[in-house]
Amino acid sequence: MEHTSLLERILRGVALTLVVIFFMFPIVWIFMMSFQTNETILRIPPQLVFKPTLANYTALITGKLTTAAGTLDIAFMRNLWNSVFLSVTSVAVALLLGVPAAYAFARHKFRGSEDIAFTLLSFRFAPALLVLLPLTLYFQKLGLSNTYIGLIWVYQLICLPLILWIVRGYFEDIPADIEYAYRIAGHSWFATFRKIALPLAGPGIAAAGLLAFIFAWNNFVFALVLASADKQPVTVGALAFITSSGIQYGQISAAIVLSITPTLALALYAQRYLVEGLSLGAVKG
Amino acid sequence: MTAATMQRNRPSGFRISKRVLPYVLSLPALLVCIGILIPFFTSVVYSFQRYRLSQPWARQFNWGDNYISFFTDPKFWNTLEISLLYAGITVLLELLLGLGIAMLLQKRSTLNNFISIMLLMPLMTAPALAALMWKLMTNPGFGVLSYLASLIGLQDFRWASSPSTALFTVVLVDIWVYTPFIMILLLAGLRSLPTQPFEAAALDGVPRSFVFFRITLPMLTPYILTATLFRLLDSIQQFDIIYAMTQGGPGDTLTVFQVEAYLNFFQSTNVGRSAALMIILWAITYFLSNIFIKNWLRLRERARGQA
Repeated sequence: MEHTSLLERILRGVALTLVVIFFMFPIVWIFMMSFQTNETILRIPPQLVFKPTLANYTALITGKLTTAAGTLDIAFMRNLWNSVFLSVTSVAVALLLGVPAAYAFARHKFRGSEDIAFTLLSFRFAPALLVLLPLTLYFQKLGLSNTYIGLIWVYQLICLPLILWIVRGYFEDIPADIEYAYRIAGHSWFATFRKIALPLAGPGIAAAGLLAFIFAWNNFVFALVLASADKQPVTVGALAFITSSGIQYGQISAAIVLSITPTLALALYAQRYLVEGLSLGAVKG
Repeated sequence: MTAATMQRNRPSGFRISKRVLPYVLSLPALLVCIGILIPFFTSVVYSFQRYRLSQPWARQFNWGDNYISFFTDPKFWNTLEISLLYAGITVLLELLLGLGIAMLLQKRSTLNNFISIMLLMPLMTAPALAALMWKLMTNPGFGVLSYLASLIGLQDFRWASSPSTALFTVVLVDIWVYTPFIMILLLAGLRSLPTQPFEAAALDGVPRSFVFFRITLPMLTPYILTATLFRLLDSIQQFDIIYAMTQGGPGDTLTVFQVEAYLNFFQSTNVGRSAALMIILWAITYFLSNIFIKNWLRLRERARGQA
């Protein structure tokens, strides 16, 4: 490919530039909006140069927005906390349940194992509302509606299949002979699992956990249906924020920036594993 | 009990526990999910009932009525049409765009790797929040995209608030979020292809278009199939972007399956119709996911083989 013509290289450069602009512009623009006052945001044509202000962020963090019309309460920090709590707990539960199951599926071909594994996988592809709508009625009866426990339970629909299938692949990559050798030396299966299998699959488990966190964080429909204001994560909270505050575009942008930063940061950190995770272990990056 | 029988008992006890062990390990995960399977069957039951939350007393089995009435219900055909249209357009455009970008980035270099990582950012943005970002940018009052549209002569381009451009707008957001998904899978696929056929083709002076259609595409097909079916499964169920952007509107322009079921359930409280819609969507996704899983397994075997 050394003899690519100058024209081709220019065309490639132009195409790549357009691609980068299209995909990066919205993030950059919202980021810039979050440092502007409403006046500069509303100016036409849109301003590229402006005096940055932290007012939007302080309003969100203190939860009080002082305007000419009076003070407005913003519950956005609560949403942010809900997102952190729901995602972290859901992933922890999913790891606790999913890693042993993944080990069982990888090491022991038992009766019905593949059926169970595929049933769990099929949750990933079933329409969420098919389950969620009847579940709202059940949750009301069980007293689980608008509780963290109910939400964390339903979040397993996102986290468990992901963890199960990715971690299973990592366990399958460990040669079984290493474990047999350790077993023959007189150790119990649990010691083998803990001392051999878990550490060797460690990176995979960490990657699956991070991905599950990103998916739990980004979920919208579960909390929209099952949670009311005080339990809602940022995805639902930001939408409600727009409806309630209407014209506070600077704060809305700042809220969006705060909401997408954790997943973007984690994705950059875990990007080595993203290909494998996103394809549920079908493609190695 | 003598020592001999004890010794015989221990190994047999061990064997049983070995047979039970995998069940013990996978049971908790399964139990958690069974609780979620129950609502699935409830949905099936609801879909055969006349059931409105506002009229609980009138709840009764009407068997296939919810489904039969779909045949003469223009709203249903609108839902089916817009869902298929949305899924078809988004996946086709994302595939073409994703393949193009993957080929631009194919050569391993610091810049290409950096760009491919940057392009992942839209994919990691929550789709609902992505829709809000685009909503701010297409605001008729101050949105930068509305301003740019007015610069090229589209003075009154109303993006998601006009029935004629609403589909275009949500498709654009979908493309922004999900093209990186196809791109990153195809990029991994392209980079894993054996190099010999390409070297041989270069030596023989085979034209580039021939190399693309006769070597690259066929070898990439498993990756393309998996990525496309994966996206198709998600896209036909799209809810987040459409609901956050327009809540299915304006009017019923964008009432795709899940949005329509949501509105039926919570606004018109028609549980029966909502459940029937979801069962039909489920049938479509079940069909698609069976094809998907076959391809996905084949690719997964290959990936495991490389390890």
